Amino acid sequence: MAIPLTLLTLVALPFLAALAIALVTGASRAVHSGIAGGASAVGLALLATLAGPVIAGEVPTARWDWVPTLGLDLALMVDPLGLMFAGLILGIGLLVVIFAHFYLYAGEATGRFFASLMLFQGAMLGIVIAGNVLLLLVFWELTSLASFLLIGFWQHKAEGRQGARMALAVTGGGGLALIGGLLLLGVVAGSFDLATILERGDIVRASPHYPVLLGLILLGCFTKSAQFPFHFWLPHAMAAPTPVSAYLHSATMVKAGVFLLARLWPVLAGTEAYTLIVTSVGLITMILGAGVALFRHDLKSILAYSTISQLGMLVMLLGFSLKAAALAAVLHILNHAAFKAALFMSAGIVEHETGTRDIRRLGGLAKAMPITAIIATLAAASMAGLPPLGGFISKELMLYETPKVALLGLPWLLPVLATLGATFSVGYSLRLAGHLFLGKPREAEPFARAHDPGAGMWGGPALLTALAVLLGLIPMALAAPLVGAVTGAVTGAPAPEFDLALWHGVNLALVLSLIAVAGGALLLWQHQTLLALWERVRWPDAKRMFEATIAFADRWTRKAIVASHAPSLQNMLLATFGVIVALVIDGVVTGGGVLTGARPGLPASAPGIIAWVLMIAATAAVVNDSRNRLRVLIYISVIGLVISLAFVQFSAPDLALTQISVEVVTILLLLLALNLLPKSPPLLSSAPRKWRDGALAVAGGVLVGGIAWAMLTRDVGTTIAAYHLANAKSGGGGTNVVNVILVDFRAFDTLGEIIVLGVAGLGIFALLDTAVVGAAGARLRAWRMDTVLSPERHPMMLVMASRIVLPLTLTVGIFLFLRGHNQPGGGFIAALVVAIAFLVQYLAAGFDWSDERRRFSEHKMIAWGVLAAIATGLGSLLFGANFLTSTFEYFTLPLIGTFELASAMMFDIGVFLAVFGAVMLALAKLSNIAQRAARATVEQHERETGA
Amino acid sequence: MTYEFLVASAIGVLVAGGIFLALRARTFQVVLGLTLISYAVNLFLFASGRLVVGRPPIWDKAVAEYTDPLPQALALTAIVITFGMTAFVVILSLRSFLETGSDHVDGDTVPCDAQDGLGGNKGGGDQP
Repeated sequence: MAIPLTLLTLVALPFLAALAIALVTGASRAVHSGIAGGASAVGLALLATLAGPVIAGEVPTARWDWVPTLGLDLALMVDPLGLMFAGLILGIGLLVVIFAHFYLYAGEATGRFFASLMLFQGAMLGIVIAGNVLLLLVFWELTSLASFLLIGFWQHKAEGRQGARMALAVTGGGGLALIGGLLLLGVVAGSFDLATILERGDIVRASPHYPVLLGLILLGCFTKSAQFPFHFWLPHAMAAPTPVSAYLHSATMVKAGVFLLARLWPVLAGTEAYTLIVTSVGLITMILGAGVALFRHDLKSILAYSTISQLGMLVMLLGFSLKAAALAAVLHILNHAAFKAALFMSAGIVEHETGTRDIRRLGGLAKAMPITAIIATLAAASMAGLPPLGGFISKELMLYETPKVALLGLPWLLPVLATLGATFSVGYSLRLAGHLFLGKPREAEPFARAHDPGAGMWGGPALLTALAVLLGLIPMALAAPLVGAVTGAVTGAPAPEFDLALWHGVNLALVLSLIAVAGGALLLWQHQTLLALWERVRWPDAKRMFEATIAFADRWTRKAIVASHAPSLQNMLLATFGVIVALVIDGVVTGGGVLTGARPGLPASAPGIIAWVLMIAATAAVVNDSRNRLRVLIYISVIGLVISLAFVQFSAPDLALTQISVEVVTILLLLLALNLLPKSPPLLSSAPRKWRDGALAVAGGVLVGGIAWAMLTRDVGTTIAAYHLANAKSGGGGTNVVNVILVDFRAFDTLGEIIVLGVAGLGIFALLDTAVVGAAGARLRAWRMDTVLSPERHPMMLVMASRIVLPLTLTVGIFLFLRGHNQPGGGFIAALVVAIAFLVQYLAAGFDWSDERRRFSEHKMIAWGVLAAIATGLGSLLFGANFLTSTFEYFTLPLIGTFELASAMMFDIGVFLAVFGAVMLALAKLSNIAQRAARATVEQHERETGA
Repeated sequence: MTYEFLVASAIGVLVAGGIFLALRARTFQVVLGLTLISYAVNLFLFASGRLVVGRPPIWDKAVAEYTDPLPQALALTAIVITFGMTAFVVILSLRSFLETGSDHVDGDTVPCDAQDGLGGNKGGGDQP
């Protein structure tokens, strides 16, 4: 397979598997784990094809543009560091999938579990083989999300939900810092391409932004890798199913921070600040984690704190800024992945078999579960750093490096503290193995059914433990080429000469190691006494502190929101209008210039002035009399009428037609709504408030009027009107330029607008359709006529007249539609006219009569309208033209003569259908809402009495 | 007196009335206010093509001068969208009134049942 395709497949495969599993959530556990395991195995095989060349020095890369203007590419790159991590992710992933298959019960939501697990695998793979830091960020955030889903997998457990939230808050918060840090890094380095950034370490370290970007990136790494003081989320993440803990929270995801530190080592490491911060944070975390692990009782909690400690050691090693220390870190990453995943799975087996993870209740399990005991004890020995296991070699390397770094200027400080950490590690490792498997069973109950599980469950941990053993026995043969290549990739230079072996003669590291082992044994021996001392101290509870912090933030955020977003429409509108008026005043004051331009005015005719007076009077009446709501509708329609006349006067026949028909529909709508709304509610506003609002309103009116005046008395600059006018007939095939603009030149706008209208119609339907239940339904059922009715509900004359008018109006509508392309008219206007024709039927003959005779569905008309418009647009793509390019042709038929068919006509039909559907949906629904409520009452009454 | 003055002043008056009504406490008044502001906005949009008498943008071989068609096309869809928006706001205020029994914009339960047929006696009753 070609390299780019291989890389893409590698990343895409887990995501595809996640999708496939999500599609068959109903299938059995075996199907889910089969897909997940198959994808992991194929991924591993693909990776294996790359392994040889990569270790030999090749770096397979692939790059596709994604958002080139942002510097974001879909760039993938497998260097030795990425190779090692990808191998861990896929290899341990495969073992974990097999383990989880047996660990989960068949009835559990295995589909969701394995889909999330694969989502995580894809995201984590993305992090380690991303060749662009922005892409890396995307995958980084995805791992936090996947971790959130997996920690909270058992949704019914409170600690699962809380742990998931805490992990997301901490790692997500760190992710935000990381975004800032990597963006800054990319800006300073001049590229977001990883390979380029790695070459520009000198520029980055010399930049004045270096301290800031270092701090932000370290925040991201430390939160993800659970470094002090952000370590507290990891123990709570142990609420996840054990396979998840083994995979995400020990072997892979928590190493993402370590990975990024290693990845950016050539760029960031080497400065005083880096060495001091990273070394101290790692050291503190290592000692603290190991110390706490000594006194935990939950198996997974012990392992969690030990993971924190081991991650601390890795971070510390990278902090040394020494190549040999980086080599030790690389080797220990391998060791830790092997023994810790094995230990987690062993803990899972113990829990699965005994039903408890409390080490105080367990003991002497070696007899009941010999296989598990051997596996876990060997893994724990490697964790303790005992020879002849892998852990011993990496711990020796670590101790060997410590005297080379003088922390706080004290060369002895680091060796002493590191040895202390190592002592604690030996202590908790020995306790884990000793208390669990040796001695006598302490309680009868947990051991009743305990026995070794099937090979499916212990096979994975056994393989990993074997690896941990071999890493100690034959390190050079097994790991040297990989470790050398990875160290080279981390440090950006060939790895130093190294010899991995158990025996290096007597040196300081060996002495320190012996002290640690002896001290650890002592700790185990005196454990009871120490535990009693430990429990006497009141240790701060991280969870309570975290929750108090969250509650504090929540409280103040609420206060800030309430203060800035007073839940009052009146106040917010006041602020909005006030700000706009202030901005305009500011523009007027600072802008200068004269108000009146040089464009000569058109002298107004007497009818024009009369219409203007009418409109001003009507507006005043609306404002003055706004509480007498029925009368207000008459004033509103006067305003609308005058505006329509204005459109007629100023050469806009299409607008006039639209305005007048919209006016009719709007008035009908308001009438129907007023039927149910209060007609003349009491006065609410106080006098001062009215004066204040009045002043603001007058200011706004004067300013907007002034702007309009200034605009109207100036000439237009260059416009694109000439283009539209010149091409309407030749290019769009119509002489009504406004219509051609709507259905051709700017048809995309029109398409958006009919969709908006359709959505509004559907929204109205949803609001009204659900109004017949609940409190609203009760009020509707209690509704009574409160206006004086005519003696006749449906006056005969009106009914007859409306029926005669219907076909005539429809003819007018069709006429307006057909001529729309060349003369005033078109889809919008025709739809409104036809809608009015039908609404008049509802008005005259009543809803029930009209509804029975209705032969169309408004919902479908909206849908067909939008679809027809889109189809017209897509049709032009078939002919190689742009979306919504229209075409037209002239045809000749006998009797009728020559006529024109334009594809824009099809588009206009879409407009017609959507507008008509939306208008009808809104008004017809509103007109029947009261009837529906009444009918619901009757039905309820019948149910109660008839049953 | 010019048409320009008439249109500009009409826009100003509509905006003033609209702002004042939009700041009132009853949903219906706010709807009216939005309606007035919409009239003003559509008129303003249209007027940005300047006022031209007797030259509709209907292409004809014999005619050389037209008014600007683009503001008209934009205003046309704006008018229809205005209807959609008004309808939605009206229905929203109606639904909120039905849910809460108050037509105050901030949902304050100011009693208004006494004057109207709606609300008041719970548990159904006569049909309309």
